[in-house]
Amino acid sequence: MSFSRRKFLVTSLKGAIGAALPISAFRLLSPAEARAVVGDASRRWVFLVDTTKCVGCGLCVKACKKENEVPYDAPVTRTWVERYVVTRDGQTHIDSPNGARDGFTDPRIDDQEIPAEEITKAFFVPKLCNQCENPACVQVCPVGATFQTRDGVVLVDRNWCIGCGYCIMACPYGVRFFHPVYKVAEKCTFCYHRISKGLESACVQACPFEARRMGDLRNMEDPVTQIIMNERIAVLKDEYGTKPQVFYIGLDARVR
Amino acid sequence: MTPEMIVHGAEWTAKELFVYPNEFIYWSIQIVMYPYMTGLVAGAFVLSSLYHVFGQQDLKDMARFSLVFSLALLPVAMIPLLMHVQQPLRGMYVLFTPHFTSAISAFGIVFSTYAMIVLSEIWFVYRVYFVDQVQVLARKTDLGSRLKRLVYQVLTLGAYDISQDAVATDKKAVKILAAIGIPVACFLHGYAGFIFGSVKANALWMSPLMPVIFIMSAVVSGIALCMLTYIVIMEFKKFQAILARGRGDESVHLIVGAEIDVISKTSRYLIGFLVAAISLEMLDLIFRGYTAMKSWDILRSVMYGKDFVNIFVLQYGLGNLVPFILLLLPKLTIKRTALALVLVLFGVFMMRWNVVIGGQAFSLTFSGFMHYHLPIIPHNLETYKEGLLGALTVAALPFIFFWVINKFVPSLKEN
Repeated sequence: MSFSRRKFLVTSLKGAIGAALPISAFRLLSPAEARAVVGDASRRWVFLVDTTKCVGCGLCVKACKKENEVPYDAPVTRTWVERYVVTRDGQTHIDSPNGARDGFTDPRIDDQEIPAEEITKAFFVPKLCNQCENPACVQVCPVGATFQTRDGVVLVDRNWCIGCGYCIMACPYGVRFFHPVYKVAEKCTFCYHRISKGLESACVQACPFEARRMGDLRNMEDPVTQIIMNERIAVLKDEYGTKPQVFYIGLDARVR
Repeated sequence: MTPEMIVHGAEWTAKELFVYPNEFIYWSIQIVMYPYMTGLVAGAFVLSSLYHVFGQQDLKDMARFSLVFSLALLPVAMIPLLMHVQQPLRGMYVLFTPHFTSAISAFGIVFSTYAMIVLSEIWFVYRVYFVDQVQVLARKTDLGSRLKRLVYQVLTLGAYDISQDAVATDKKAVKILAAIGIPVACFLHGYAGFIFGSVKANALWMSPLMPVIFIMSAVVSGIALCMLTYIVIMEFKKFQAILARGRGDESVHLIVGAEIDVISKTSRYLIGFLVAAISLEMLDLIFRGYTAMKSWDILRSVMYGKDFVNIFVLQYGLGNLVPFILLLLPKLTIKRTALALVLVLFGVFMMRWNVVIGGQAFSLTFSGFMHYHLPIIPHNLETYKEGLLGALTVAALPFIFFWVINKFVPSLKEN
């Protein structure tokens, strides 16, 4: 078979162009373009947790599970409350039975009785997705199924997630898990379906003590923004460089 | 248990002290198998390239075999991932919409580049053989031979020129491909290390040394598996030949079995890479202890406490030190080498285990632990896929693939 180099190259080129033509009917979106479709850039959703007001009733967890269809009895949850008990010997006892869905009804921690006179301080810390400004979970998603909206909330596309679990491993706060029914990565969305319609998120609405509040960081008149700008607040695990956007009042150094 | 209650990871995770509610051992046995198999692929290829590129004549027999074996291992590197992901049917999305800030997104590109290099290198090495077969089989008329000839005709890709010039060009192409293949093989595996090393949330994984450690141990395991398979196959052939002779079949001539010469020379490369791998791992360990960052307390209690047997006894002791001594003692025999190789392979497996499972043995809270219970007897698809049987399936596949490939590309015939 005679096949000159020239002829080979020409034929290959023709073949390549022919194969490329149908593909050109599609438009390639840059991640920034795709992102711009979702959310309102004039807003930046933030969360404010006042740990001094939390009593550990667990109504927020209950409300969240029902609102967001996370199976009620499955041992996973989009938000949870932690209990910290510090004793005289300097030890910190921590627990969150069932994510505190039913509150804290047992004074024992890890089956251990802690005598009241031994306790120096005790408090509750609600946890949820930090909707980081620089989210590690979005960075590591191999297919771009998880993304940040323009108003700062990180969402998961249930139709595109392959369920590799890389985002779950990448989150320093442990807020992600696999949804038991959909079998894809699942996380707190600040109740994006509610807040984008002007409603409150389920946990904020359920909290009887205003320990949980939500605001818009771009709006200086927003009461939550006012507190974040004027008072002393903290965030969780800032050493990871994720720039978390859930702010805490009264956060103790022992909080994990 | 209703399907609503089946939480991925809950089945095999036992929690101790304070662990976040959503934390489970999400990356289990298949993620141990993934870098293990990828490492074997990369290692086998590097071994064959030592001959093709650097002209290490002593590796000639091993080179052909390890190249073909690397092809047999190649599809298996991908299977653990498919068995692990919750939505295996969406696996292709990695190629459709690769999100390039993710280390995993490069998988499709690196993997297919590497596959093309291995395939084309094998084609160039065996092209003359394919042409020969087409000519030899032309004389036979039975259906089997005709089908086989058809396969070989396809395999030649229409290139029937086996003149001296053409064969020389083939050799040159092999050399170039093998040379390109080394960095690509290292990249293929190095980036598997990067997948772990870049997870900043995980105190054990996060280290820039991770990719290099992975490459070194990959080469170690690749060489060890190639040597071991070579020994087993050659000894088996010898045994068969002796049996045939015993039955009075005089036409069979005895084969010497595995050559201790080939073996002892290859094992020198193995020792070299083993030393490099251990040094890097030790450096990582010492550095963590010396800098004693926030995570060191929990890492120490995992490494020196909970996982002590896995890390220091099984991985470093039985998997590294013992084979190291076995291979260095004078008067090396085939049997002793085989034992050392099995231990080396076990050691590298334990290293993967201790990285993947060990990295999830402690909680993100740094105040709790998680224990992994490998599902042995499966009672649903998930406990099969991410259990002992799933891992064994993955481990057995390369040998099955090799058996099939070797039918058409005989890598064990002497030249």
